[in-house]
Order: sequence, then C-alpha cells, then structure tokens
Amino acid sequence: MAAAEFDIPEIKENIEVPKLREGVMAHARTFPAAQPIQDYLGYPHELGDDWKERAIDKMGDMLGKYRSLKVFLDICVHCGACTDKCHYYLGTSDPKNMPVARQDLMRQVYRRYFTTAGKLFPKLVGARDLTKEVLDDWYSYYYQCSECRRCSVFCPYGIDTAEITMVGREILNHVGMGQKYSNEILTKVMKIGNNLGLPGPALQDTLEGLEEDIEADTGVPVKMPLDVKGAEVLLITPSADFFSEPHVESLIGYAKVFHAAGINWTMSSYASEAANFGLFDANYEVMRKAAMRIRDAALELGVKRIVVGECGHAWRVAYSFWNTLNGIGYGGNDPFSIELQKQLDPTYPQPQHICEVTHDLIKSGKIKVDPSANDDLVVTFHDSCNVARGSRMGTEPGGQFTVPRELIKAVANNFHNMADETIYESTFCCGGGGGLLTDDLMEVRVKGALPRATALNNVVKEHQVNFMAMICAICKAQFTKVLPKYGFDMSMVGGVHQLVSKAIKLD
Amino acid sequence: MPMVNIAGKEVEVDEEGYLVDLSQWNEDIAKYMAVEEKVDLTDSHWEVVNFLREYYAEYQIAPAVRVLTKAIGKKLGPEKGNNKYLYELFPYGPAKQACKIAGLPKPTGCI
Repeated sequence: MAAAEFDIPEIKENIEVPKLREGVMAHARTFPAAQPIQDYLGYPHELGDDWKERAIDKMGDMLGKYRSLKVFLDICVHCGACTDKCHYYLGTSDPKNMPVARQDLMRQVYRRYFTTAGKLFPKLVGARDLTKEVLDDWYSYYYQCSECRRCSVFCPYGIDTAEITMVGREILNHVGMGQKYSNEILTKVMKIGNNLGLPGPALQDTLEGLEEDIEADTGVPVKMPLDVKGAEVLLITPSADFFSEPHVESLIGYAKVFHAAGINWTMSSYASEAANFGLFDANYEVMRKAAMRIRDAALELGVKRIVVGECGHAWRVAYSFWNTLNGIGYGGNDPFSIELQKQLDPTYPQPQHICEVTHDLIKSGKIKVDPSANDDLVVTFHDSCNVARGSRMGTEPGGQFTVPRELIKAVANNFHNMADETIYESTFCCGGGGGLLTDDLMEVRVKGALPRATALNNVVKEHQVNFMAMICAICKAQFTKVLPKYGFDMSMVGGVHQLVSKAIKLD
Repeated sequence: MPMVNIAGKEVEVDEEGYLVDLSQWNEDIAKYMAVEEKVDLTDSHWEVVNFLREYYAEYQIAPAVRVLTKAIGKKLGPEKGNNKYLYELFPYGPAKQACKIAGLPKPTGCI
C-alpha cells in the first residue's frame, strides 16, 4: 500500500517510558466515513453550520444518560498514575496519548459548558472552548485509543478512558465525523450479517471447502454445519474465522471439538458475526441492533446453547451485555429475556466461551488430546484486552486468565508466560483493537504494538518461544501484520484452537 | 473521491486507491494499480487476479484465503497452493493487495 513511511521503534530490553515528543502523532487521521455509510447509520456526513451546538447538546445528552461519564470527568486529580500505562503513549511518545491527556481533551470542554466555574472563569479551571481545532484533536486522538482499559486498572479512581473515548467518537459521529472503517463494517453487519459482507452462498461455499480440507487432512468427515434447525449449539464466531489465516485454523479446531464430543452444532448465515463494533462508539441502539441478529437466529434455529468463538470484543459484549441487549444470559427478568431463557439449557452457562467448552470436555474425558502433537512449539499466551478486563470464564474469579492457559497446557507441552506486568489484567493491547485495525492507522498500530513485541521478544530469547496463542480475531490480524515489522515471523501468531486442532484425537 | 486518468480513461478511486465502480475495470487499470503497489505483474499474478474476478462475479465477495490458495494450488500446482506463495506474489497480503489490482472492493473486518 502506498502508506506514509514512518520509523519502526526499536525493541529494547525492557519496556521504557519515552521522553515526551509533543504533537508527533497529531497527523494521524483515520479515513472519514462517506455519505452513504453515515446516512445508513443516521448520522450527518459533514460538519454543518450548527456543529458546535450539536456537539454540546450531544455531550449533555450523554452526561444525562451515563452517570459514569460525569463522574470520570469530575474526579480526576491528575495524579499521573496512568501516564505511562498506555501502549500508544509508550510506542509513540506523544503526550496526548497519555490517558489523562486523552481524557482532558473532553474534560476541558466539559468544564467550559457544564460547570459553573468553567462558565465563569474558564482560564482558572482549565476550561476550553470547543473549536474546530479541538474537534480535530478529538478525531485524531480518540482514534489512537483502542479502548483497551489498561489505564483504568492503574487509576486509583478507576476512571475508564475507554468510556470517554467511546463518547468522544459518538459525538464526532453526531456532528458528521464518523470513521470509515468501523461505520462501514457496522452497515455490513446490519445488511448482510457479518463484518466482511460475506453473503450466505459464499459462506456455504467456504465451509464446504473447509470440510473437504479437513477430510483430506485427517480422513475424518468433520462437518461445518450452517443453518441447521434443532441443533443443540449455535456457534457465533468472528467472520474473520471464515476468511483469514491464521483465524481459519481455530474454526477448524472448534469443528473438530464438536465432532469429537458428538455435539450437534450449527452456525448461522443470518448471524454470522460475533464481533460487535457497536461497542466502539457509545451508541447503544447500534450495538443492540447488531446483537439482536443473534437472538433472532437462536430463536429461529431453536438451539439450546450459544457458544462464542475466539473474539475479544465479542466476548465482552456477550458476557457482560447480552443479557440486557438481546436476552441471552443470566439476570434478565423481563418477558423479553424469559422467552429466550425458556428455550436455552439452564445447565450450561449462556453464553459460553469456546475455551470453556473445550476445557470442560478435556477435563471430563469426553474428548482426548495428544499434547505431543504440539511438541514443535514453545507457546506463550497473549491475553486479549476485552477478555481480560471486561469479562470472565468458568466458575472462578480470574477464569478468563486461567481457563485459556489450562487449555493450552492440556494440548501443548511447552508453555511460558510473558512478563507479569504484561499479562492477566495488566495485559497490553495488540495495538489494533477498538476500531483501529485499519491500514490508514498503520503507524499507530505498529507503534502501539511495541510493548507487546518487547515482552514477546524476551520470552523468545529466554525460552525460545515460537508461538503466541490468542483468542481474538483482531489480535490475530494485527499481530500477523505488525510483528514482521519487528522481525518476527507471522507464523508465530495463532489461535488457542489452532493448538487444539493439532492435538485433538478424532473418531 | 479522487479521479485518476488511466490509459485515457477517467476512473474514480477511493482514499486507498481502490476502484469505486467495479464495472470500469480493465487490464490497463490492473497494470496501473500494480505499479502503485510496486508489484510486477507476471502470469502467476494474473492467475490470482482472474480467479478473484471470477469468484467475485459469482459470490459478490472476494474469496476466503483458503478458497484462494486451494484454487491456485489446483491451477498452478500443489506447491503453490499456500499462503506463503501468495504473500510472495502480493507482499502486503493477498486479500487486500490482489483485490485492489483485480478491481474488487477492499475486504473489511477483523482481517
């Protein structure tokens, strides 16, 4: 691609806090969404004369709707604990990529228009008028945040920068500055059913091809069922699993697990996407509309269980929000939720992560594995941010960290963790999450991957790690693209179920 | 959207240089896109480009990488039916770079 050239940061021995270089990333500007996309989502496509009023009105609306937003904007004491916690700051050295500075882009405007002191004495309280210059800064720096929430782990007040970024982007949408990448994808989900825009016949053809491949490879007729009414399990997985390498290897892994366990399962051509990009902007209705396709498919197919494939944002939305978004999950006591819960099997978690499913099946002896099949690999695990900091798995606290690791250790003999401060709830984002996995932000993506690349480099040197497993489609796509810039081979990147696929015993 | 003149024909491309109106595609446009992408088009590249166009005509989407590698393996021999070979032809990634040269829209999503 004819992308702008930029320097690739050098991997050092440790993750270092860089010296400030003011404004070095101010040029980063993701492509804006064009009129047809904005029209479809109900947003303007350019700034009107009244953009400022619209922005302030929208901010007021959001402050009324989300108390968390008002609290986050009010309580920051500028202690600085977050400043060196963001991978984009560590990779770019631009001080506006410090979480507190990213928040302040909105906090200054909030003070000016929504606090008495800011209305009367703006200069004394760091309040600032909303100008076109400020708005452009929002567009630049709210798309240099992957909403990974690492900074919130270290904030003594628990301020969640991701929520501020989400609101910032939604206000930008509302004045006509939407992002092409995310908004185009949302229109495809709503029109076709997945982020790729993969229509049913193409999906069917792709799955049939995969069945042929598996049979040629193993001699076992493992199926990839689509739209099977009355199946027990509906698998909802990111559409990248159908399309890309190495994603497809995990899809093959899920199919082998269901086959070996004798579970009657299906995928849906109508709900052929797990990822929900509605999470990235604070637009509840858009997120709900995307999630409702899964409810509709579950009701239509009459399934008893809903299982989610390897997708980070999907699992956060599924685990944390589906119960009220589309009625899948515990706690919904309204007629809407009750209708679906009557159909779903209460003896299983709803929804359930594919890692939980496979882990349980191995533990209970229902499927057999041979970990020596992965003896050519020394494996580490990259915790994906939305799984790590926005969800859980299994029955124990921290299950989102232990279940995938126990699963990996069951199917592979050689495993080493990366440094403590880069895993579990302190994990570093891959650098491509939250709507940033687009070529027009390649510089941001490459630089944002520096902390993870540093941690990986250390286990490569110390333990000869040659495979980094993960459970997120964005992480897989991001790392296969950016790690080669740091000298790693893209084949080091793959899914947990890619390992399962190699180790599982069929027939 | 910007307009470019390719072999005497005005065509519209998007911010990333992808053709906006697929029906305008011709071999001159493919050659122009290849130069932009710093790809020297050989017969092997054309096999990929032609397959992408055939597949798109049938399914209105670019083929999945597996579908593509398998088809190329059948046409050019099993040793070429893999992702590595496709990356040798299209270093930025077969899905995006080959699609651009073939005049297909850019694949989107977590890819």
